[in-house]
Amino acid sequence: MSAAYVTKSPWVVHYDGSSCNGCDIEVLACLTPMYDVERFGIINCGNPKHADVFLVTGSVNEQNKGIVKQIYDQMPEPKVVVAVGICACSGGIFKDCYNVMGGVDQVIPVDAYVPGCAARPEAIIDAVVKGLGVLQAKRDAMVAAGDAPAEAPAEEAAPEAAEEAVTEEKKTPAVPPIFTMAEIKVNTMDHLKK
Amino acid sequence: MGTIVFLILFPMIVAFALLLIKNDKGRDVIVIGASIVIAAMSIVVAIQFASGGGDYFSFNGEAVGYIMLVVEAGLCVYICITSAMHRKWLAFIFAIVQTPLIMWFEFSKGHGIEVESNLYVDRLSIIMILIIGIIGTLIAVYALGYMKDFQHHEDEHGKPDRRPWFFFVMFLFLGAMVGLVTSNNMIWMYFFWEITSLSSFWLIGYTKTEEATNNAFRALIMNLLGGLGFAVGIVILGTVFQTIELSQMLLIGTVYGDLIAIPAAFFAFAGITKAAQMPFNSWLLGAMVAPTPTSALLHSSTMVKAGVFMIIKLAPVLGMSNFAGIMTMMVGGITFLFASCAAISQVNAKRVLAYSTIANLGLIVACGGVGTAGAVWAGIMLIIFHAITKSLLFLCVGTAEHHIGSRMIEDMDGLFNKMPRLATCMIIGIAGMFLAPFGMLISKWGCMVSFVDSGNILLIGCICFGSAVTAFYWLKWMGKLTAVVAGEESIEYDVHRTETFVHITLVVLVVLVCLLFPLMSSYLLVPYLELTFGGLAGGIMSSGNMLIMVIMVAVIVLLTLFGFGKTSKPQVPIYLAGANTGDNRTYYGSMQKEVQFSLRNWHMEKYFGEHKMNLIGDVLCVAMLVIGLGYMIATLVSLMGGVM
Amino acid sequence: MIIKSIIGIVAFLVLGPFVGGLLAGLDRKLSAKMQRRVGPPVLQPFYDVGKLFQKEKQTPTRFQDFYVLLFVIFVIASGVLFFMGGDLLLVIFTLTIGAAFLIIAAYSSNSPYAEVGAERELLAMLAYEPMVLITVIGFYMYTGSFRVSDILAGDSMPFLPLLGIFFGWLFILTLKFRKSPFDLSMSHHAHQELVRGVTTEFVGRTMGWVEISHWYENVFLLGFVFLFFANGTALGWIIGIVVAILTYFFEVFIDNCFARMKWQFAFKSAWVIAVVLGMINLFVLYICF
Repeated sequence: MSAAYVTKSPWVVHYDGSSCNGCDIEVLACLTPMYDVERFGIINCGNPKHADVFLVTGSVNEQNKGIVKQIYDQMPEPKVVVAVGICACSGGIFKDCYNVMGGVDQVIPVDAYVPGCAARPEAIIDAVVKGLGVLQAKRDAMVAAGDAPAEAPAEEAAPEAAEEAVTEEKKTPAVPPIFTMAEIKVNTMDHLKK
Repeated sequence: MGTIVFLILFPMIVAFALLLIKNDKGRDVIVIGASIVIAAMSIVVAIQFASGGGDYFSFNGEAVGYIMLVVEAGLCVYICITSAMHRKWLAFIFAIVQTPLIMWFEFSKGHGIEVESNLYVDRLSIIMILIIGIIGTLIAVYALGYMKDFQHHEDEHGKPDRRPWFFFVMFLFLGAMVGLVTSNNMIWMYFFWEITSLSSFWLIGYTKTEEATNNAFRALIMNLLGGLGFAVGIVILGTVFQTIELSQMLLIGTVYGDLIAIPAAFFAFAGITKAAQMPFNSWLLGAMVAPTPTSALLHSSTMVKAGVFMIIKLAPVLGMSNFAGIMTMMVGGITFLFASCAAISQVNAKRVLAYSTIANLGLIVACGGVGTAGAVWAGIMLIIFHAITKSLLFLCVGTAEHHIGSRMIEDMDGLFNKMPRLATCMIIGIAGMFLAPFGMLISKWGCMVSFVDSGNILLIGCICFGSAVTAFYWLKWMGKLTAVVAGEESIEYDVHRTETFVHITLVVLVVLVCLLFPLMSSYLLVPYLELTFGGLAGGIMSSGNMLIMVIMVAVIVLLTLFGFGKTSKPQVPIYLAGANTGDNRTYYGSMQKEVQFSLRNWHMEKYFGEHKMNLIGDVLCVAMLVIGLGYMIATLVSLMGGVM
Repeated sequence: MIIKSIIGIVAFLVLGPFVGGLLAGLDRKLSAKMQRRVGPPVLQPFYDVGKLFQKEKQTPTRFQDFYVLLFVIFVIASGVLFFMGGDLLLVIFTLTIGAAFLIIAAYSSNSPYAEVGAERELLAMLAYEPMVLITVIGFYMYTGSFRVSDILAGDSMPFLPLLGIFFGWLFILTLKFRKSPFDLSMSHHAHQELVRGVTTEFVGRTMGWVEISHWYENVFLLGFVFLFFANGTALGWIIGIVVAILTYFFEVFIDNCFARMKWQFAFKSAWVIAVVLGMINLFVLYICF
């Protein structure tokens, strides 16, 4: 499949976990005329079954880990997860709370990290657009595997915390996160300087 | 002619046999055997007379006439005694007025009137005979299994087994119905008319509960009122026009259209009560207390069709040019609209079916009232499609009721999993009731064209809004049935084989009729219309359109056969905001508590409340009837004044 | 005659999705401009559908895709019947059956969000259906034929005699396009209580086909607008096409000017409009023609 439509129409589903809602609002700010993500074909569709990109803001806790996992599972391949804001990346200021498990990558594989408290809209957009590379790679993997899903839909019950996250990581296709947190920080800073 | 008389008398003889037989085995054998004979015989009749334009038989009338009078007098006495016992004085009065009226007429005037032919068969009667002979007997066969379950339930309450009586009335009714559609002599028709009214009365009151008895009397009273209209019509027809033959009446109508409208209005009134049009629709709703085969046979596919049959017969003398026609079409149109609206607010499946029946009868009545060839084409098509589909739906609901223990639509959640075969039959039935390539829409096409041609704008409004409402209430029911509810097991193993057989046969009939309707149209309907109306003025679906319809049905049927439920895609859980517990029916609520969701349909009580719709419909229809009949009586009086 | 029909069918089948998709793209671009945004590329709807076809295949039940298939077939069939110059009543009935199968498809998953969407779609159908039928009957009363080819061949424009019906049709177009204030059953953008309404459970190419059918449907609905102006002359054709396109952008304008109304308003207003504009227009037609 040569025509790479996956990268031209990334539809987004957004989930706000344990957070102060700052990043949540910054995600919505991306839709405003100021940033206008629809330029890139991005639509906030609110339905995992239609979405390509999973934006998670806030950290994961015992209450919402199942929901985050299920939303991820219900997204058809190819799909990309973007952790927005420091809480989603590592748990941030809530890291040491009794019920907080940490960043989103404790539950599902994350493809791009957006640091910041709150994350800036430019950085969020940048991460989504960069995440398209992962989408394309996953799509290519799907085509190579005969149009089958790159990853068998996980049907197991929600596993326990950290070890599970590791196994999940292993299961995902051989596409590593394209940015480390440090890299994206640099990118974002460049972007802001411009 | 022999075959016709056989079809009238044979079911009646079987009826008496059934009255005597008390054990299940014997009843099964007799009912199934008699059903096969009747169905085969009706097909023989169809083949025998389909080629002829309309065969009239003189049939020695004297003796039969006297027997009928004696029976009629006996029935009158019976009604008077029963109604007096139950203190239903209206029934008493109607009975005590009309039978003596007919007697008086028969003895004073009737003798002077030469009756050339008492019986006749034309293509319309053939269609009716086929419906009675095939659908009617199928329902009787279905009733065998159904009534066993029913009686089982009754036994628990210590009620006596009255099934011999039930089957007696069913078969008596079948015979009377054939008589009704083949009578040319109006007095004979009146006789059969009264018998069908009584059959209905007996079957509604079958369970003898207080509700059943009251509803039975309501039906009786309204039908007797119609009978009174019938009797008055006969008296006027005989006195003024010196004939009591239907064919003569229609012949006179071609010359004296305005005058013949006077008795026609009274006959149409009788038809309107029988067809449960507003304001008389309450009897049909009350009739739903009867066992379901009764509702299927009498109150949807055949007996109520007697009313519309009468009006369709009269169609040539109705129309926009006289008040009888305008009265009839407006009552039909208004009933169609408001009965359809009222169906939205109903949760009880049988009541939805009842309202839909009333609405469809309304449409047929309106077609008859419009009285053009195109309208009658649509009306007859409606009679055929409605008889098959509606009996299928009633019988499906009957079976569902015995297995899920409820006749509420909202309780049919997951029926697609619990009873897959039954649900599929029901879905096909519903599709037949309103979806495009299937039956009803074909007739609705005809209705619309002929209503527009008639130029009655109000009637057009009725059908436009009524059609939208019809689609609404059928679709929401169909949606309920198609919903695949996870985790439901099939409970279909103990459905009576007779019931399944009848369901499947009716489904096959629905599909066949949809595929073959162009043939029916060109071999039965068009010749009939050409004879009756002396040619067709358009308004009948063009062959190209018919072809498109048939292709669509074929496409759906083929796709269903080869593609339904087949997919290579992996099945995934539904979206429940990420809180699906995995069984597709429960979600994690607050505190991780598992909560089961349930889905309910809209009933829009505020807009389409039953009471409100009935009130508006009743007022409008009463106004139309008062104006129509009043005008006719005034014309008659002024006419009489002129003579005197 | 037959050649004309064939041209109509082929043109609709081939050009329909292109025109429909392009209109959808222009819609989004124009909406963006109205909101002082740059907006997506005009070809964005094609990218979206292309993307949907590249997604993993999934379905909530074995039966859903069958109903969607019938929806697609009948929506396209109604357009084909229309553009081959067929019977308008038949066209409308076919469109209704298409809409019915979409609703059934949504019901079949037994998903609460899809079902609420289906019920709202059903309500929209209840609201617009009378006006649709009145429109068709209006054409028949004026031109004396239900056939599109006969209406096209007529030498006078039905627009003026059918003025009331035309505005009634414009009103229900908002319902049919599922635009604000009547985007009750589904919407392209999120922030609504029913997730994606009717389409919630459609995944990947199923959703793609639904989108394509909507393009077909939109083109066909605009064809109806064209019919109000079409007569035998070239001028009629030009006016018809221009007005049809203007109508579409008028609906976009309305979409951007209103928030969503309650279903009660959608239902009541559509019926009042059908009675006031539609029925009275029919009555006038009856008196004058």
